[in-house]
Amino acid sequence: MKRVLLACLLGAAASLVQAGAKIEQWLAPSGARVVFVESRVVPIVDVQIDFAAGAAYAPADKAGLAGLTRSLLDMGAGGLDEEKIADRLADIGARLGGGADNDRASLSLRTLSSPREREAALDLMRLVLQQPAFPATVLEREKARTIAGIQEADTRPASIATKRFMAALYPDHPYGRFATVESVGRISRDDLEAFYRSHYGARRAVVSIIGDLSRAEAEAIAQRLTQGLPDAPPEVSLPDTAMPARSTVRVDHPASQAHIYLGLPAVRRGDPDHIPLLVGNYILGGGGFVSRLMKEVREKRGYAYSVYSYFQPQKQPGPFQIGLQTKREQAGDALKVVEDVLAEFLARGPTGEELEAARRNLADGFPLRIDSNRKLLEYLAIIGFYGLPLTYLDDFPRKVEAVTVADIRAAFARHVKPAHFVTVIVAGD
Amino acid sequence: MTRKLLFIAALALSASALANPHEKTLANGLRIIVQEDRRAPTAVHMAWYRAGSMDEVDGTSGVAHVLEHMMFKGTKNLKPGEFSKRVAAAGGRDNAFTSRDYTAYFQQVPAPRLGEMMALEADRMANLVLDEKEFEQEIKVVMEERRLRTEDNPQGLVYEKLLAAAFQAHPYRRPIIGWMNDLENMTAADARDWYRRWYAPNNAYVIVVGDVNKDEVFRLAERHYGRIPRGALPGRKPQLEPTQVGIKRIEVKAPAKLPYLALAWKMPVLRDINKEREPYALEMLAAVLDGHDAARFARNLVRGSKIAVSAGAGYDATVRGEALFFVSGTPAEGRSVADLEAALRAEIARVASEGVSVQELERVKIQTIAAQVYKRDSMMAQAMEIGRIEATGIHWRDINTLLEKIRSVSAEEVQAVAKKYFGDATLTVAVLDPQPLPEGAPQKSAPTTRH
Repeated sequence: MKRVLLACLLGAAASLVQAGAKIEQWLAPSGARVVFVESRVVPIVDVQIDFAAGAAYAPADKAGLAGLTRSLLDMGAGGLDEEKIADRLADIGARLGGGADNDRASLSLRTLSSPREREAALDLMRLVLQQPAFPATVLEREKARTIAGIQEADTRPASIATKRFMAALYPDHPYGRFATVESVGRISRDDLEAFYRSHYGARRAVVSIIGDLSRAEAEAIAQRLTQGLPDAPPEVSLPDTAMPARSTVRVDHPASQAHIYLGLPAVRRGDPDHIPLLVGNYILGGGGFVSRLMKEVREKRGYAYSVYSYFQPQKQPGPFQIGLQTKREQAGDALKVVEDVLAEFLARGPTGEELEAARRNLADGFPLRIDSNRKLLEYLAIIGFYGLPLTYLDDFPRKVEAVTVADIRAAFARHVKPAHFVTVIVAGD
Repeated sequence: MTRKLLFIAALALSASALANPHEKTLANGLRIIVQEDRRAPTAVHMAWYRAGSMDEVDGTSGVAHVLEHMMFKGTKNLKPGEFSKRVAAAGGRDNAFTSRDYTAYFQQVPAPRLGEMMALEADRMANLVLDEKEFEQEIKVVMEERRLRTEDNPQGLVYEKLLAAAFQAHPYRRPIIGWMNDLENMTAADARDWYRRWYAPNNAYVIVVGDVNKDEVFRLAERHYGRIPRGALPGRKPQLEPTQVGIKRIEVKAPAKLPYLALAWKMPVLRDINKEREPYALEMLAAVLDGHDAARFARNLVRGSKIAVSAGAGYDATVRGEALFFVSGTPAEGRSVADLEAALRAEIARVASEGVSVQELERVKIQTIAAQVYKRDSMMAQAMEIGRIEATGIHWRDINTLLEKIRSVSAEEVQAVAKKYFGDATLTVAVLDPQPLPEGAPQKSAPTTRH
């Protein structure tokens, strides 16, 4: 209670500036990596734990296993059934969240920082992490819901486009796989147990903590959350990706709007080209209303409501992707504009003026990326999980300022090679 | 438990007692609402106009949203696209959104750049230029948006048809994005008319949340917005929906795999925040059904009987127009929409006959308290809270009153509204009848071509 009062007084009197927040990192006795920022501005504690247990770690014939394992964690644990867990969380206003992407399975908790609520919330988180029951009836139900979701998604052009795109970028690689009706059908309770035991270990875990608590408290929390995890083997590398042959995939669909994706496997987390690619991408299609793709595809021609490009760095090279939707009769024309814009950008890079505008936005606007605990937590998790330097945030504005046109051209030449472009068009005429 | 949490929340919220929202009204009627929040050197700046799709007329549905798009397309001082460039140059991000009751524009910037944002926003409040050529391109963009959100989105279609059926007279029957045919026949003059009619400082309010000083903000607002003359606002016809006197059922066929069901009952709206009780009880009811993961729909229908793969309920008491209580869901494999409809309604009937437990109410109340604390982590969330409540004519100072009123709802009051408002006579039901895709469509593809 005193701490809350103190926090309130601080909040009222001082200007607690988050930019340049002090990030601390250590290895817990359990072997888990911990990343922490003390932030007294609001009486909230956010904890996230990430495991190298994402979709890419599931066996090929059981795609969906990673997601199901993660989602069943809080559907029965430590003698409490899913109803009791839900009730107890609701009773203290705590929220459990997270999910699984290709690389990571995440469990996140947001709780009030008052000691009683916080302890109760963390206790539930610990139970869910360390004693999941994976009840068979719950698994059957969740398999059925997952299958229903897959069947529905397979009728939607956006979903179809995503699946075909990833499959073409990553044939014979886990990044290209999605759960199917068949693969989910094969998953058993034993599979969940086995996946959990072999992937949810402390040495494969990163705990990120931000909020109204001290370093000492964070140490205790991280250790308590991870000391009872299964003794899982250390992380194995994901297989290497290969560069796909250039190709175009067309899929029929009755929708009024074509969905178009263009891209290739491009960049790993921690790649030294990260900043030049980010800055270049801002100019090309990441900067929203001011990007080249927006200007040419939307502003000038009215071809699309949404057109964008981005890099998605992962453990193995994640995609560079351009995406848009346009009425089906226009698919060919819109794609041609995208290809021309991209080709021009690859050939000549940005103009000096565009680069300066990008620098101004990304460097000067940096505080917007970290002006809440929630936003900072996401960065902590990425820094911790991907082993990025603790100075990642502090370095960002400086590195952005230092980028040159030549840097961007060179980085794009290395990572965005037309010989490997995959284009997917769903519902185009 | 609740009392303790209330104390904690009160402390947390009173921490900003010094930064409690402050307000000033300029001579031209523009209200400026400032909430100081020094946790980070950034600020949110929003301009809200009390004009939305409900103020449109047949034949030009969608114009409120189209004008929102056109607000980025040039003023007497800025070229088309220049607005966003200037925000970006200040290290900021910007966007806008249109609803039935309001249209709002915002930027998030490093705090020192607030003045520039006010200058930009004030400029387009007064000096928008609607160029024919720009309009011709942007209307195409809006049509693509409609295709994305509605034409190709089966559940979006269901929702659109549901509202159009539930309301016969009230303007809420029209979609915010507009009917496609209206978009195809819209002109720049329509957008210009809309702008001239509604975009005046006395029909707007500005919200700033962030690392700012209120007096400085008022000074900046006076400087940038102060010179804009007030406008003569047209009267608004209430267009109240006649009492519904019988159930309505519609079907929507669209390419999909799973059926979907949406129900809407006519409800009272919150107008007198102090005297009325039923809207608060209805908000409680919606939360008891679907306010968190331990609520009744998830517990009984998704997990318990497994009749639904998903189910939801919602009610918004604070709207400018008419209120609806929504219930929706997707049946599980092998269960029919009819079964699901019966099950959803049975849950409400059970509240009517058996009531709700004190514990259930406590749980919902704790959610609302916790949510207020969590909102303190986001300047945007705080600005949105103020913006939305003000759009309905409720003062931001009454936000705490609203929360207290909801927390004061009794189990008897929840049971009473469950008994009173969920018969057939005021119900509209929309069902998605999924149409299979043409034979083999998702799988078929042209052989991949090598270039």
